[in-house]
Amino acid sequence: MTSKVCAVIDYGMGNLHSAHGALQAVAQDTRVLVTSDPEVIRAADHVVLPGVGAIRDCMAEIRRQGIDQVVEEARQTKPLLGICVGLQAMMDRSEENNGVDCLGLFPGQVRFFGHDLVENGEKLKVPHMGWNQVSQVDHPLWHGIDNHSRFYFVHSYYVHAERPQQIKGRGHYGVEFAAAMGEDNVFAVQFHPEKSHNAGLALLKNFLEWDGQA
Amino acid sequence: MALAKRIIPCLDVDKGRVVKGVNFVGIRDAGDPVEIAKRYNDQGADEITFLDITASHEGRETTVHMVEAIAEQVFIPLTVGGGIRELDDIRRMLNAGADKVSINSAAVYNPEFVREASQKFGAQCIVVAIDAKQVGDNHWEIFTHGGRKPTGINAVEWAVKMADYGAGEILLTSMDRDGVKSGFDLGVTRAISDAVNIPVIASGGVGNLDHLVEGVTQGRADAVLAASIFHFGEYTVQQAKQHMAAAGIEMRLVD
Repeated sequence: MTSKVCAVIDYGMGNLHSAHGALQAVAQDTRVLVTSDPEVIRAADHVVLPGVGAIRDCMAEIRRQGIDQVVEEARQTKPLLGICVGLQAMMDRSEENNGVDCLGLFPGQVRFFGHDLVENGEKLKVPHMGWNQVSQVDHPLWHGIDNHSRFYFVHSYYVHAERPQQIKGRGHYGVEFAAAMGEDNVFAVQFHPEKSHNAGLALLKNFLEWDGQA
Repeated sequence: MALAKRIIPCLDVDKGRVVKGVNFVGIRDAGDPVEIAKRYNDQGADEITFLDITASHEGRETTVHMVEAIAEQVFIPLTVGGGIRELDDIRRMLNAGADKVSINSAAVYNPEFVREASQKFGAQCIVVAIDAKQVGDNHWEIFTHGGRKPTGINAVEWAVKMADYGAGEILLTSMDRDGVKSGFDLGVTRAISDAVNIPVIASGGVGNLDHLVEGVTQGRADAVLAASIFHFGEYTVQQAKQHMAAAGIEMRLVD
Protein backbone atom coordinates (compact mmCIF):
# COMPACT_ATOMS: atom_id res chain seq x y z
CA MET A 1 0.00 0.00 0.00
CA THR A 2 1.39 3.40 -0.90
CA SER A 3 1.61 5.66 2.06
CA LYS A 4 -0.14 9.02 2.10
CA VAL A 5 1.44 12.31 3.05
CA CYS A 6 0.17 14.96 5.47
CA ALA A 7 1.95 18.29 5.12
CA VAL A 8 2.11 20.55 8.17
CA ILE A 9 2.84 23.99 6.75
CA ASP A 10 5.89 25.59 8.35
CA TYR A 11 5.94 29.32 7.67
CA GLY A 12 8.31 30.12 10.48
CA MET A 13 5.73 30.94 13.15
CA GLY A 14 6.42 28.80 16.15
CA ASN A 15 7.23 25.29 17.01
CA LEU A 16 5.51 22.54 15.06
CA HIS A 17 7.05 19.72 17.01
CA SER A 18 3.81 19.02 18.90
CA ALA A 19 1.55 19.10 15.86
CA HIS A 20 3.90 16.81 13.97
CA GLY A 21 4.32 14.44 16.91
CA ALA A 22 0.61 14.12 17.64
CA LEU A 23 -0.34 13.60 13.97
CA GLN A 24 2.40 11.03 13.50
CA ALA A 25 1.35 9.25 16.69
CA VAL A 26 -2.16 8.60 15.30
CA ALA A 27 -1.20 8.15 11.63
CA GLN A 28 -1.84 4.68 10.21
CA ASP A 29 -0.50 4.82 6.67
CA THR A 30 0.43 8.49 6.52
CA ARG A 31 3.80 10.18 6.68
CA VAL A 32 3.62 13.56 8.41
CA LEU A 33 6.01 16.19 7.03
CA VAL A 34 6.70 19.64 8.42
CA THR A 35 7.46 21.71 5.35
CA SER A 36 7.46 25.14 3.74
CA ASP A 37 8.00 23.76 0.25
CA PRO A 38 4.95 24.58 -1.94
CA GLU A 39 5.61 21.54 -4.13
CA VAL A 40 5.56 19.17 -1.16
CA ILE A 41 2.36 20.81 0.11
CA ARG A 42 0.76 20.56 -3.37
CA ALA A 43 1.62 16.89 -3.57
CA ALA A 44 0.32 16.08 -0.06
CA ASP A 45 -2.97 14.27 0.56
CA HIS A 46 -3.78 16.24 3.71
CA VAL A 47 -2.69 19.74 4.67
CA VAL A 48 -2.50 21.36 8.10
CA LEU A 49 -2.23 25.13 8.59
CA PRO A 50 -1.06 25.77 12.16
CA GLY A 51 -0.21 29.11 13.71
CA VAL A 52 0.80 30.80 16.91
CA GLY A 53 1.64 34.35 17.84
CA ALA A 54 0.43 37.64 16.45
CA ILE A 55 -1.79 37.61 13.36
CA ARG A 56 0.08 40.44 11.62
CA ASP A 57 3.33 38.45 11.66
CA CYS A 58 1.55 35.26 10.63
CA MET A 59 -0.23 36.88 7.68
CA ALA A 60 2.96 38.67 6.60
CA GLU A 61 4.84 35.36 6.46
CA ILE A 62 1.91 33.55 4.81
CA ARG A 63 1.90 36.14 2.02
CA ARG A 64 5.68 36.53 1.74
CA GLN A 65 6.17 32.79 1.30
CA GLY A 66 3.21 32.34 -1.04
CA ILE A 67 1.45 30.10 1.47
CA ASP A 68 -1.83 31.93 0.72
CA GLN A 69 -1.70 30.50 -2.80
CA VAL A 70 -1.02 26.94 -1.62
CA VAL A 71 -3.78 27.12 0.98
CA GLU A 72 -6.21 28.37 -1.66
CA GLU A 73 -5.29 25.40 -3.86
CA ALA A 74 -5.63 22.97 -0.96
CA ARG A 75 -9.09 24.25 -0.05
CA GLN A 76 -10.27 23.36 -3.53
CA THR A 77 -8.82 19.89 -3.67
CA LYS A 78 -8.05 18.14 -0.37
CA PRO A 79 -8.73 17.92 3.36
CA LEU A 80 -7.36 21.05 5.04
CA LEU A 81 -7.15 21.57 8.81
CA GLY A 82 -6.52 24.95 10.45
CA ILE A 83 -5.31 25.09 14.05
CA CYS A 84 -5.52 28.10 16.41
CA VAL A 85 -4.14 31.14 14.55
CA GLY A 86 -4.41 28.93 11.45
CA LEU A 87 -8.19 29.13 11.93
CA GLN A 88 -8.07 32.88 12.55
CA ALA A 89 -5.99 33.34 9.38
CA MET A 90 -8.81 31.67 7.43
CA MET A 91 -11.31 34.38 8.40
CA ASP A 92 -11.90 37.68 6.52
CA ARG A 93 -10.22 39.94 8.97
CA SER A 94 -8.81 40.15 12.51
CA GLU A 95 -8.97 43.18 14.76
CA GLU A 96 -5.63 42.20 16.33
CA ASN A 97 -2.66 44.51 15.59
CA ASN A 98 -5.01 47.40 14.64
CA GLY A 99 -6.73 45.30 11.98
CA VAL A 100 -5.24 42.72 9.62
CA ASP A 101 -6.79 41.32 6.43
CA CYS A 102 -6.74 37.52 6.41
CA LEU A 103 -7.32 34.77 3.84
CA GLY A 104 -11.11 34.99 3.68
CA LEU A 105 -11.88 31.27 3.42
CA PHE A 106 -14.69 31.85 5.91
CA PRO A 107 -16.72 35.06 6.11
CA GLY A 108 -16.40 36.57 9.57
CA GLN A 109 -14.22 38.50 11.94
CA VAL A 110 -11.67 37.76 14.62
CA ARG A 111 -12.38 39.81 17.74
CA PHE A 112 -10.63 40.57 21.04
CA PHE A 113 -12.15 39.04 24.18
CA GLY A 114 -11.59 42.42 25.84
CA HIS A 115 -10.33 43.47 29.23
CA ASP A 116 -13.75 43.50 30.86
CA LEU A 117 -14.93 39.99 30.17
CA VAL A 118 -17.39 38.94 32.86
CA GLU A 119 -19.43 35.83 33.55
CA ASN A 120 -21.86 35.35 36.45
CA GLY A 121 -20.45 38.51 38.03
CA GLU A 122 -16.91 37.15 37.89
CA LYS A 123 -14.13 38.74 35.89
CA LEU A 124 -12.64 36.37 33.33
CA LYS A 125 -8.94 36.34 32.59
CA VAL A 126 -7.56 36.83 29.11
CA PRO A 127 -6.04 34.84 27.41
CA HIS A 128 -8.68 32.13 27.55
CA MET A 129 -6.21 29.46 28.66
CA GLY A 130 -7.02 25.88 29.57
CA TRP A 131 -9.55 23.13 28.97
CA ASN A 132 -13.00 24.18 27.82
CA GLN A 133 -15.98 22.35 26.40
CA VAL A 134 -17.03 22.34 22.77
CA SER A 135 -20.65 21.82 21.67
CA GLN A 136 -20.32 19.82 18.51
CA VAL A 137 -22.27 20.21 15.30
CA ASP A 138 -22.45 16.95 13.38
CA HIS A 139 -19.28 16.47 11.31
CA PRO A 140 -17.02 13.49 10.47
CA LEU A 141 -14.13 15.02 12.44
CA TRP A 142 -16.05 14.60 15.73
CA HIS A 143 -16.50 10.89 15.12
CA GLY A 144 -16.05 8.91 18.36
CA ILE A 145 -15.54 12.04 20.49
CA ASP A 146 -18.19 12.72 23.17
CA ASN A 147 -20.15 15.91 22.68
CA HIS A 148 -18.98 18.63 25.13
CA SER A 149 -15.55 17.05 25.45
CA ARG A 150 -12.90 19.45 26.66
CA PHE A 151 -10.04 20.71 24.50
CA TYR A 152 -7.02 22.84 25.34
CA PHE A 153 -7.34 26.51 24.32
CA VAL A 154 -4.89 29.42 24.46
CA HIS A 155 -6.14 32.57 22.76
CA SER A 156 -7.04 36.20 23.36
CA TYR A 157 -8.97 36.66 20.10
CA TYR A 158 -11.97 34.64 18.99
CA VAL A 159 -13.83 33.90 15.79
CA HIS A 160 -17.19 35.50 15.12
CA ALA A 161 -18.60 33.63 12.13
CA GLU A 162 -20.87 35.36 9.70
CA ARG A 163 -22.54 32.16 8.48
CA PRO A 164 -23.83 30.15 11.43
CA GLN A 165 -24.05 27.01 9.27
CA GLN A 166 -20.23 27.03 9.02
CA ILE A 167 -19.86 26.73 12.80
CA LYS A 168 -19.02 23.09 13.57
CA GLY A 169 -18.25 23.57 17.25
CA ARG A 170 -19.40 26.22 19.71
CA GLY A 171 -17.35 27.47 22.62
CA HIS A 172 -18.26 29.84 25.42
CA TYR A 173 -16.03 32.16 27.45
CA GLY A 174 -17.90 35.26 28.47
CA VAL A 175 -19.14 35.35 24.87
CA GLU A 176 -20.15 32.68 22.38
CA PHE A 177 -17.40 31.95 19.89
CA ALA A 178 -16.68 29.53 17.06
CA ALA A 179 -14.43 26.78 18.42
CA ALA A 180 -14.57 24.93 15.10
CA MET A 181 -15.45 26.01 11.56
CA GLY A 182 -16.07 23.85 8.53
CA GLU A 183 -17.17 23.95 4.91
CA ASP A 184 -16.68 21.20 2.34
CA ASN A 185 -13.12 19.84 2.74
CA VAL A 186 -11.94 22.56 5.15
CA PHE A 187 -12.09 22.19 8.94
CA ALA A 188 -10.48 24.55 11.43
CA VAL A 189 -10.32 24.65 15.20
CA GLN A 190 -9.48 27.33 17.74
CA PHE A 191 -8.14 24.85 20.29
CA HIS A 192 -4.95 22.79 20.08
CA PRO A 193 -5.88 19.19 19.25
CA GLU A 194 -2.19 18.27 19.47
CA LYS A 195 -2.29 19.29 23.16
CA SER A 196 -5.76 17.99 23.97
CA HIS A 197 -4.99 14.47 25.13
CA ASN A 198 -7.28 11.69 23.88
CA ALA A 199 -10.02 13.92 22.47
CA GLY A 200 -7.47 15.89 20.46
CA LEU A 201 -5.71 12.80 19.19
CA ALA A 202 -9.06 11.34 18.11
CA LEU A 203 -9.82 14.49 16.12
CA LEU A 204 -6.42 14.37 14.38
CA LYS A 205 -6.95 10.69 13.57
CA ASN A 206 -10.36 11.50 12.12
CA PHE A 207 -8.75 14.23 10.01
CA LEU A 208 -6.12 11.88 8.57
CA GLU A 209 -8.86 9.38 7.69
CA TRP A 210 -11.16 12.05 6.28
CA ASP A 211 -11.84 12.17 2.55
CA GLY A 212 -12.98 15.78 2.72
CA GLN A 213 -16.70 15.05 2.41
CA ALA A 214 -18.67 17.01 5.01
CA MET B 1 -20.01 25.21 29.96
CA ALA B 2 -17.09 26.81 31.65
CA LEU B 3 -13.35 26.80 31.60
CA ALA B 4 -11.98 24.09 33.90
CA LYS B 5 -9.51 24.77 36.69
CA ARG B 6 -6.29 22.91 36.05
CA ILE B 7 -4.20 20.46 38.05
CA ILE B 8 -0.52 20.56 37.17
CA PRO B 9 1.81 17.92 38.61
CA CYS B 10 5.30 19.31 38.93
CA LEU B 11 8.46 17.29 38.46
CA ASP B 12 11.71 18.63 39.88
CA VAL B 13 14.36 17.28 37.60
CA ASP B 14 18.07 16.86 38.25
CA LYS B 15 20.20 15.45 35.41
CA GLY B 16 17.19 13.77 33.86
CA ARG B 17 15.78 12.23 37.08
CA VAL B 18 12.74 13.38 39.03
CA VAL B 19 13.49 14.45 42.59
CA LYS B 20 11.58 16.37 45.23
CA GLY B 21 13.04 18.03 48.25
CA VAL B 22 11.40 19.28 51.40
CA ASN B 23 12.03 23.01 51.77
CA PHE B 24 14.52 22.57 48.92
CA VAL B 25 16.81 20.30 50.97
CA GLY B 26 16.76 16.57 51.75
CA ILE B 27 16.24 15.38 48.20
CA ARG B 28 14.58 11.99 47.55
CA ASP B 29 14.72 10.20 44.23
CA ALA B 30 11.26 9.66 42.76
CA GLY B 31 11.93 8.07 39.42
CA ASP B 32 12.07 8.20 35.65
CA PRO B 33 10.53 11.40 34.26
CA VAL B 34 9.11 9.86 31.07
CA GLU B 35 7.32 7.14 33.02
CA ILE B 36 6.01 9.60 35.59
CA ALA B 37 4.85 12.07 32.93
CA LYS B 38 3.00 9.29 31.10
CA ARG B 39 1.37 8.15 34.34
CA TYR B 40 0.14 11.68 35.11
CA ASN B 41 -1.03 12.10 31.53
CA ASP B 42 -3.04 8.86 31.80
CA GLN B 43 -4.49 9.99 35.14
CA GLY B 44 -5.82 13.15 33.50
CA ALA B 45 -3.25 15.80 34.40
CA ASP B 46 -4.12 19.04 32.59
CA GLU B 47 -0.49 20.05 32.08
CA ILE B 48 2.91 19.00 33.39
CA THR B 49 5.63 21.31 34.65
CA PHE B 50 9.32 20.44 34.94
CA LEU B 51 11.62 22.46 37.13
CA ASP B 52 15.18 21.79 36.09
CA ILE B 53 17.41 22.07 39.15
CA THR B 54 20.47 20.74 37.36
CA ALA B 55 23.51 22.89 38.01
CA SER B 56 25.86 21.75 35.26
CA HIS B 57 25.74 22.52 31.56
CA GLU B 58 26.08 18.85 30.57
CA GLY B 59 23.21 17.99 32.88
CA ARG B 60 21.05 20.51 31.04
CA GLU B 61 21.56 18.71 27.76
CA THR B 62 20.10 15.66 29.49
CA THR B 63 17.05 17.75 30.37
CA VAL B 64 16.59 18.76 26.72
CA HIS B 65 16.61 15.11 25.66
CA MET B 66 14.20 14.29 28.47
CA VAL B 67 11.76 16.96 27.20
CA GLU B 68 12.07 15.56 23.68
CA ALA B 69 11.30 12.05 24.89
CA ILE B 70 8.28 13.19 26.90
CA ALA B 71 6.90 15.42 24.13
CA GLU B 72 6.84 12.41 21.80
CA GLN B 73 4.52 10.51 24.11
CA VAL B 74 2.55 13.01 26.14
CA PHE B 75 0.03 15.21 24.33
CA ILE B 76 -0.85 17.82 26.94
CA PRO B 77 0.93 21.15 27.52
CA LEU B 78 4.45 20.92 28.94
CA THR B 79 6.23 23.72 30.80
CA VAL B 80 9.93 23.79 31.57
CA GLY B 81 11.48 26.09 34.16
CA GLY B 82 14.81 26.44 35.89
CA GLY B 83 17.87 28.02 34.33
CA ILE B 84 15.98 29.95 31.64
CA ARG B 85 18.19 33.05 31.30
CA GLU B 86 18.48 33.84 27.59
CA LEU B 87 16.28 33.81 24.52
CA ASP B 88 18.35 30.89 23.32
CA ASP B 89 17.42 28.83 26.41
CA ILE B 90 13.76 29.40 25.54
CA ARG B 91 14.24 28.49 21.89
CA ARG B 92 16.02 25.29 22.88
CA MET B 93 13.24 24.16 25.21
CA LEU B 94 10.46 25.05 22.75
CA ASN B 95 12.29 23.21 20.00
CA ALA B 96 12.62 20.19 22.26
CA GLY B 97 8.82 20.14 22.56
CA ALA B 98 8.02 22.35 25.55
CA ASP B 99 4.94 24.55 25.11
CA LYS B 100 5.87 27.10 27.74
CA VAL B 101 8.93 28.12 29.70
CA SER B 102 8.94 29.46 33.18
CA ILE B 103 11.29 32.37 33.92
CA ASN B 104 12.25 33.03 37.51
CA SER B 105 15.41 34.84 38.67
CA ALA B 106 16.33 36.04 35.18
CA ALA B 107 13.15 38.16 35.30
CA VAL B 108 14.19 39.66 38.64
CA TYR B 109 17.66 40.57 37.38
CA ASN B 110 16.43 41.82 34.03
CA PRO B 111 12.67 42.45 33.66
CA GLU B 112 13.21 43.46 30.03
CA PHE B 113 14.04 39.81 29.34
CA VAL B 114 10.37 38.98 29.91
CA ARG B 115 9.29 41.65 27.46
CA GLU B 116 11.74 40.45 24.81
CA ALA B 117 10.79 36.82 25.34
CA SER B 118 7.09 37.61 25.09
CA GLN B 119 7.52 39.63 21.91
CA LYS B 120 9.73 36.97 20.36
CA PHE B 121 7.83 33.82 21.27
CA GLY B 122 4.37 35.08 22.27
CA ALA B 123 2.87 35.63 25.72
CA GLN B 124 1.19 32.20 25.58
CA CYS B 125 4.50 30.47 26.21
CA ILE B 126 5.99 32.79 28.82
CA VAL B 127 5.28 31.92 32.44
CA VAL B 128 6.84 34.13 35.10
CA ALA B 129 7.60 32.22 38.28
CA ILE B 130 7.42 34.20 41.50
CA ASP B 131 8.88 32.87 44.74
CA ALA B 132 7.26 34.86 47.54
CA LYS B 133 7.62 34.94 51.30
CA GLN B 134 5.43 36.75 53.77
CA VAL B 135 7.37 39.56 55.45
CA GLY B 136 4.49 41.38 57.21
CA ASP B 137 0.72 41.75 57.35
CA ASN B 138 -0.55 41.48 53.78
CA HIS B 139 2.97 42.01 52.58
CA TRP B 140 4.91 39.50 50.54
CA GLU B 141 8.34 39.86 49.05
CA ILE B 142 10.16 38.16 46.17
CA PHE B 143 13.05 35.87 47.12
CA THR B 144 15.61 34.28 44.80
CA HIS B 145 18.11 31.43 45.14
CA GLY B 146 15.58 28.92 46.37
CA GLY B 147 14.20 31.32 48.96
CA ARG B 148 17.50 32.41 50.51
CA LYS B 149 17.97 35.85 48.97
CA PRO B 150 15.50 38.67 49.65
CA THR B 151 15.09 41.25 46.88
CA GLY B 152 12.96 43.88 48.59
CA ILE B 153 10.45 43.63 45.72
CA ASN B 154 6.76 43.56 46.63
CA ALA B 155 5.31 40.35 45.19
CA VAL B 156 1.90 41.74 44.19
CA GLU B 157 3.39 44.79 42.46
CA TRP B 158 5.89 42.53 40.74
CA ALA B 159 3.14 40.27 39.39
CA VAL B 160 1.30 43.29 37.94
CA LYS B 161 4.52 44.51 36.34
CA MET B 162 5.28 41.08 34.85
CA ALA B 163 1.79 40.89 33.37
CA ASP B 164 2.39 44.33 31.81
CA TYR B 165 5.69 43.13 30.41
CA GLY B 166 3.97 40.31 28.58
CA ALA B 167 3.88 37.31 30.91
CA GLY B 168 1.12 34.94 29.83
CA GLU B 169 0.77 33.34 33.22
CA ILE B 170 2.09 33.61 36.80
CA LEU B 171 3.42 30.60 38.69
CA LEU B 172 3.28 31.68 42.31
CA THR B 173 5.22 29.64 44.87
CA SER B 174 4.98 30.42 48.52
CA MET B 175 8.46 29.77 49.86
CA ASP B 176 7.28 29.52 53.46
CA ARG B 177 5.06 26.65 52.45
CA ASP B 178 7.05 24.78 49.85
CA GLY B 179 7.39 21.15 50.85
CA VAL B 180 5.81 21.58 54.29
CA LYS B 181 2.30 20.37 53.38
CA SER B 182 0.29 22.92 55.34
CA GLY B 183 -1.58 24.30 52.33
CA PHE B 184 -1.05 27.23 49.93
CA ASP B 185 -0.49 30.72 51.25
CA LEU B 186 -4.01 31.79 50.31
CA GLY B 187 -3.42 35.45 51.15
CA VAL B 188 -0.77 36.09 48.53
CA THR B 189 -2.48 33.80 46.03
CA ARG B 190 -5.68 35.78 46.23
CA ALA B 191 -3.92 39.16 46.30
CA ILE B 192 -2.06 38.37 43.09
CA SER B 193 -4.93 36.60 41.37
CA ASP B 194 -7.17 39.62 41.99
CA ALA B 195 -4.47 42.07 40.87
CA VAL B 196 -3.64 40.60 37.46
CA ASN B 197 -5.76 39.69 34.44
CA ILE B 198 -3.68 36.63 33.47
CA PRO B 199 -4.00 33.12 34.92
CA VAL B 200 -2.31 32.38 38.24
CA ILE B 201 -0.99 28.94 39.21
CA ALA B 202 -0.79 28.37 42.96
CA SER B 203 2.14 26.34 44.21
CA GLY B 204 3.89 25.40 47.41
CA GLY B 205 2.50 23.62 50.43
CA VAL B 206 -0.04 21.10 49.17
CA GLY B 207 -0.42 18.28 51.70
CA ASN B 208 -3.96 17.07 51.02
CA LEU B 209 -6.76 17.42 48.51
CA ASP B 210 -8.63 20.08 50.48
CA HIS B 211 -5.62 22.34 50.00
CA LEU B 212 -6.16 22.13 46.24
CA VAL B 213 -9.81 23.11 46.70
CA GLU B 214 -8.88 26.10 48.90
CA GLY B 215 -6.34 27.30 46.35
CA VAL B 216 -9.18 27.78 43.88
CA THR B 217 -12.09 28.78 46.12
CA GLN B 218 -10.20 31.03 48.54
CA GLY B 219 -6.99 31.79 46.66
CA ARG B 220 -8.88 32.24 43.36
CA ALA B 221 -6.13 30.46 41.49
CA ASP B 222 -6.79 29.30 37.93
CA ALA B 223 -4.60 26.25 38.35
CA VAL B 224 -2.98 24.36 41.20
CA LEU B 225 0.45 22.78 41.10
CA ALA B 226 1.62 19.97 43.34
CA ALA B 227 4.48 17.51 43.41
CA SER B 228 5.00 15.21 46.34
CA ILE B 229 1.36 14.25 46.97
CA PHE B 230 1.39 12.71 43.49
CA HIS B 231 4.96 11.39 43.29
CA PHE B 232 4.79 9.13 46.28
CA GLY B 233 1.40 7.69 45.44
CA GLU B 234 -0.59 9.37 48.23
CA TYR B 235 -3.16 10.51 45.69
CA THR B 236 -3.67 10.10 41.97
CA VAL B 237 -4.39 13.12 39.80
CA GLN B 238 -7.77 11.57 39.09
CA GLN B 239 -8.64 11.41 42.81
CA ALA B 240 -7.59 15.03 43.17
CA LYS B 241 -9.82 16.06 40.28
CA GLN B 242 -12.80 14.13 41.59
CA HIS B 243 -12.33 15.73 45.00
CA MET B 244 -12.24 19.21 43.49
CA ALA B 245 -15.24 18.50 41.25
CA ALA B 246 -17.18 17.25 44.30
CA ALA B 247 -16.43 20.60 45.95
CA GLY B 248 -18.21 22.29 43.05
CA ILE B 249 -15.16 23.27 41.02
CA GLU B 250 -15.32 22.95 37.24
CA MET B 251 -12.82 20.24 36.27
CA ARG B 252 -11.91 18.19 33.24
CA LEU B 253 -12.66 14.62 34.23
CA VAL B 254 -11.36 11.83 32.02
CA ASP B 255 -12.38 8.20 31.99
